Formats: sequence, C-alpha cells, structure tokens
Amino acid sequence: MADQSSPVARRLQTVKNIIIVLSGKGGVGKSSVSTQLALNLHASSPTAKVGILDVDLTGPSIPRMLGLDGHGVHQSSSGWVPVYADGPEARLACMSVGFLLKNKGDSVVWRGPKKNGMIRQFLSDVRWGELDYLVIDTPPGTSDEHLSLLEHMAPVHSRLSAVIVTTPQAVALMDAMKCLSFTRAVNLPILGLIENMSGYVCPCCGEISNVFSTGGGEEMARREELRFLGSLPVDTELVTLLDAAEPEKEGSVREGILQQYSSTSSAKLFKKIVERMVEQLG
Amino acid sequence: MIAVPSPEEGPNPLSVPANTPEHCPGTESELAGKSDACNGCANQEICASNIPKDPDPSLPLITERMTSVKRKILVLSGKGGVGKSTFTAQLGWAFAADDRTQVGIMDVDICGPSIPTILGIANEQVHASSSGWSPVFVQDNFAVMSVGFMLPSSRDAVMWRGPKKNGLISQFLKDVDWGDLDYLVVDTPPGTSDEHLSIVQYLKDSGIDGAVVITTPQEVAIQDVRREINFCRKVGIKMLGLVENMSGFVCPRCKTESQIFKPSTGGAKKLAEDMGIELLGSVPLDPRIGKSADYGVSFLDEYPDSPATTAYLDIIDRIKEILGD
Ligand SMILES: Nc1ncnc2c1ncn2[C@@H]1O[C@H](COP(=O)(O)OP(=O)(O)OP(=O)(O)O)[C@@H](O)[C@H]1O
Ligand SMILES: Nc1ncnc2c1ncn2[C@@H]1O[C@H](COP(=O)(O)OP(=O)(O)OP(=O)(O)O)[C@@H](O)[C@H]1O
Ligand code: SF4
Ligand SMILES: [Mg+2]
Ligand SMILES: [Mg+2]
Repeated sequence: MADQSSPVARRLQTVKNIIIVLSGKGGVGKSSVSTQLALNLHASSPTAKVGILDVDLTGPSIPRMLGLDGHGVHQSSSGWVPVYADGPEARLACMSVGFLLKNKGDSVVWRGPKKNGMIRQFLSDVRWGELDYLVIDTPPGTSDEHLSLLEHMAPVHSRLSAVIVTTPQAVALMDAMKCLSFTRAVNLPILGLIENMSGYVCPCCGEISNVFSTGGGEEMARREELRFLGSLPVDTELVTLLDAAEPEKEGSVREGILQQYSSTSSAKLFKKIVERMVEQLG
Repeated sequence: MIAVPSPEEGPNPLSVPANTPEHCPGTESELAGKSDACNGCANQEICASNIPKDPDPSLPLITERMTSVKRKILVLSGKGGVGKSTFTAQLGWAFAADDRTQVGIMDVDICGPSIPTILGIANEQVHASSSGWSPVFVQDNFAVMSVGFMLPSSRDAVMWRGPKKNGLISQFLKDVDWGDLDYLVVDTPPGTSDEHLSIVQYLKDSGIDGAVVITTPQEVAIQDVRREINFCRKVGIKMLGLVENMSGFVCPRCKTESQIFKPSTGGAKKLAEDMGIELLGSVPLDPRIGKSADYGVSFLDEYPDSPATTAYLDIIDRIKEILGD
C-alpha cells in the first residue's frame, strides 16, 4: 500500500482533484489545453481554487502562456510560494521550472534522475494550500517525467485522472494510442479525449480548411471507448493570446489574460469540454 | 525554510553519465566518486580512482562503426510538433534522390517514433545478421533505424526511463550495420534531455557535422528553441542553421495568405539575428505535407511544383553548400 505519510501525500492532502494532461506527441496542445482548463475551472465559480503545475522541465510553456514570464518563486517556512496568475485574489496558483530560471533563455539539460528529484520537490514542497483542482501539464512522451509523477503520487492515486489531447493526423493519433496504452498500464482513469487544431476558417473567405486533417480524434475515442470531450478548431486569436501576453514586472496584477481569454471563441467551446469533465469528477 | 533551487547550477551535463543518481557531481568534479551522492552508483570505483575515465565501454565501438559515415547531421528543436521528423524525412528523400548517395536516418525519438510512418515503412521489422542489426531500407540507398521497427504493435507504449533509452541509442550506433554512408541524419525528440545528451556523448569522438534547428513562428515555440540553441552551444555542437516551418498558410479557395502561428515576437528571423545563426529558409503550412506524412509518401515527389517543395529544396541545397558537399 502506498505510503500515506510521505511528504507528497501530506502536501497533497488539501487537493481535491488532480487532472493530468497527456499526449504522446509533441506540440498538439497539452500546454494550451492545460492553460485553458485552469482558466475555465477558475472561472467556473467565484470561489474555485485552482493550481497548475508544469512538469515539462526542459520546455516549460505555462509561464509564458499565463503571462507570468519573469516571475520568481519565493521560499517560506511552509514551502515554495507559487506564482498567482490572478494576483492578490490567489485562486489560480502556478508552478513551473520557468520560474526558477534566472534567464529565460537558459536551457535545463537534465537526465532522468535529476528530473525525478525536481518533480518530487514540486509535489512535496510547493505550498498549494486548499485546491479544488490541480492541473498538471506534461512533456510529450511516456518517460521519466510521467513515471516519476505517477510514482510519487501513488498515495493519492484515487484522486488522479487524465485527459488525452491529440491532433487529427495519423502520426499524432499513433502517439496518442501509445499514451493511452501507458495510462492503461499504470491504471490511470481517463476523463476523455480532446481533438485539437481540427479545421481552420480562412479569415478572408470563410472557407474551412482541414490544415491538420480532421475527425481522427473522435474516431479514436469511439474505437477505444473513451469519452470524446470535444474538438477545438485552429484559433489564431488563441495563439496570439498565449504568446503575446507581455512579461510584467514582479508583483504587478495581471488582469489581461483572464478577461481576454473569456471572450475568445475557444473559451466558449472549452467551457462545454470542462462541463463534460467535471461531471465525471462528481 | 524550504529552499528553492537554481536549475542552471550543477555539473557540466556532458560529464554526467547516463546511469547516475540525482545529485551526481559530474565525473570531472573533485568530488567524483567521493560525494554522498555517489554511494551506490555503479561508476563509483572508476570515478574515485585517478585513472582517466572512460565512461562508456561502447564508445570505441561506436567510433569504429562511425568511421564509414561521412556526415552526421542532427535535426533538433526544443519544441514539440514543429516538424522535426517531417524535415528529417524530406532531407533523407532529397539526399537519396541521387542514387550514388548513401543515406541513413536514425530515429532517436524512443517514446514517439514517427519516422517509420512518414517514410511508409511502419510495418517493417529489424533483422539480426552476423554484422549486426540490419536497418530497414526505403530504397537501395536509403536505410532507416527506429524503435518503431522493434515493437510488437504500434499501440505499445515505450515506458522507459533515461538509462534504458540511452542503452538503445548506443546500440543503434554500434550494432546497426549502416555500411558506408554519405549522410546519417538523426531525428530527435523534443527537449534537451537524455536522448540529446547521449547522442552528443556517443558521437563526441566521431564528430557531429552540425545541427539543423526547426521552429515555428510563434513565441511559445521560439522560447524553447532559444533554449535548444543555448544547449547546442553548451555542448559544442555546430549550428548549420535555423528552419522556420508552418510560416503562413495560403487558403486553397481565395489564395489569400494568413498566419496561423503568428510571429508575435519576430519569428525565426529575429531569433536567428539575436542568436547569430543563419536562417536557412521558411516552409509554409501546407495540409498536403501532413497528408503525405500520414500516407508515408514523399511530398517532394508528389507535389514537385508546390511552394513548400521549392522551400525545402532551397534549404537542403544551402545545407549541402554549408557542409561543402
Ligand atoms: N486550437 C488551437 N488553435 C491554434 N493554435 C493552437 C491551438 N492549440 C494550441 N495552439 C498553439 O500551438 C502551439 C503548440 O501548442 P502547445 O504548446 O500547447 O503544445 P504542447 O503539446 O504543450 O507542446 P509540447 O509538446 O512542446 O509541450 C502553441 O503555440 C499553441 O498556442
Ligand atoms: N509545413 C507543414 N505544413 C503542414 N503540416 C506540417 C508541416 N510540417 C509538419 N507538418 C505536420 O505537423 C505534424 C508535426 O510534424 P512532425 O511530426 O514532423 O513534428 P516533430 O517536431 O517531429 O514532432 P515531435 O516533437 O512530436 O517529434 C505532423 O502531422 C506533420 O505532418
Ligand atoms: S560515482 Fe561518478 S558517475 Fe556516479 S554519481 Fe559519483 S561522480 Fe557521478
Ligand atoms: Mg507543452
Ligand atoms: Mg518527431
């Protein structure tokens, strides 16, 4: 039986649900889905408390996507203080290796054992406080980071679930299938599958082009008896929003992204996806 | 007080062997083999002694095997899904178009091998022969090795930690019967981790001719690629240049170009300037590239007149020019 008194178990005692965002393939939108998931959960009620943990140690995207580039993590007697995307309200807590770097161009070149150590610290040393949801963004693949995450979180396994993100092309679906085999091997329940970047509307003539094909994710969900959570078309406004959120000075209140995101067309679609997910969490 | 660490500090990553514990001080360190972290490490005896260290016994075998390979090129990107594997495949096809040129592709993306699908050889298997594993051939002068050829089914996940991945990469280099090659192109997974460190360590003595770095135009990709370029500098890999992929999409109906991944911070051009490297070219987003990859056919052969084909071929010519071929 997993050790209920481990530092990770004790630290995560106050976290109700942990949702891991996975995909075998790179660049299909794990980080943007994690960000959107956190933003939507945060907006789902005026008291919802949400955390987002970025375990992509060599390619952290969450700080940039939430407009928190340049922020740092402080230490306190009760743990590392996360960076809050909503300022003093402190209902949207973020942690990423990006906050620990002195210089944003610095590369983190680590082999597995060091990654494992960092993930253990993220899970045991961050002062999350009470959280309704902790969203975890992962790197592509099924390797050290994923195995370490599941190993350290074994004591809280009953609160874990996962979402699989894919794009519609065959090369992406093949990796999504590997990712699904991984979740089955480690007994991780799946809330469902999201098909991302499915179709693009030409801003000039309105023609819909399937720039990265379409429908493959939905078909895979049917075949594998997974819940299909929905498809998200290519949204150029979203790219710019997740990209251009300008770095800010330490301590200043970020009000842009939360409001800006809520008015995008992706936010409306994502709201339904989140409803379908939360339904299953009870 | 629970202290927050600084990830940049630590030993030279190249001096950390593949099989070490978390706090390995690095084999070049004064503490090598003597620090608390070394307890239980398989290399402790070698590290603690003063004999010059040969970290991996496979190194001389790799160097021997690689003497018959003229050019070794890495295709890299810190960011996932930017088109590394697709570019590697085009590079392979373009080199192999001349039937006097012998080409090899080695896929070191262990958890997400795409090369077999893109090259249309996903159902092939690797065979063992007296001179090693024989690679799979796309055509007579075009050999490929990937973990994809070794799995019972493409649905299987490869749930391996670093040391096991490193072991396989070492075997790909020393046990595969590559024969005489003019070019060996290595497709890598995203990030800067075990696979990257291992390939650089294993090819240290044979020499890497250079790296082609792939990016897409938006900042979320650029920031990872900036890190990757810093990684290459840290470990001493020569840069051949930068390729911008998926830059601009032409609507098939109204022919208007739009930017899907808008270069909000200046894209690859600005990155190349900032980092002092060459921008080799830009490839537009063309859905037929994705389709060709899914069907395992050569985009360059199927759509020879498309702007993307022209862009690819110009980039490849420039790479040859830089290499002096
Ligand atoms: N629906 C969408 N429409 C348009 N662009 C998108 C969409 N979803 C994600 N993107 C963009 O695509 C790029 C890749 O997405 P993202 O970084 O979230 O992928 P990832 O799976 O986390 O990648 P990695 O494997 O490198 O971690 C980002 O620039 C993101 O803004
Ligand atoms: N210029 C392009 N236009 C349209 N689609 C493209 C283009 N380049 C690549 N693609 C498609 O984008 C997807 C990602 O490309 P690819 O698999 O080559 O990326 P990668 O960098 O190797 O990804 P990973 O990080 O997962 O290894 C594939 O489906 C590919 O077919
Ligand atoms: S014995 Fe050598 S390789 Fe092992 S941890 Fe110590 S320094 Fe690193
Ligand atoms: Mg990501
Ligand atoms: Mg690839």
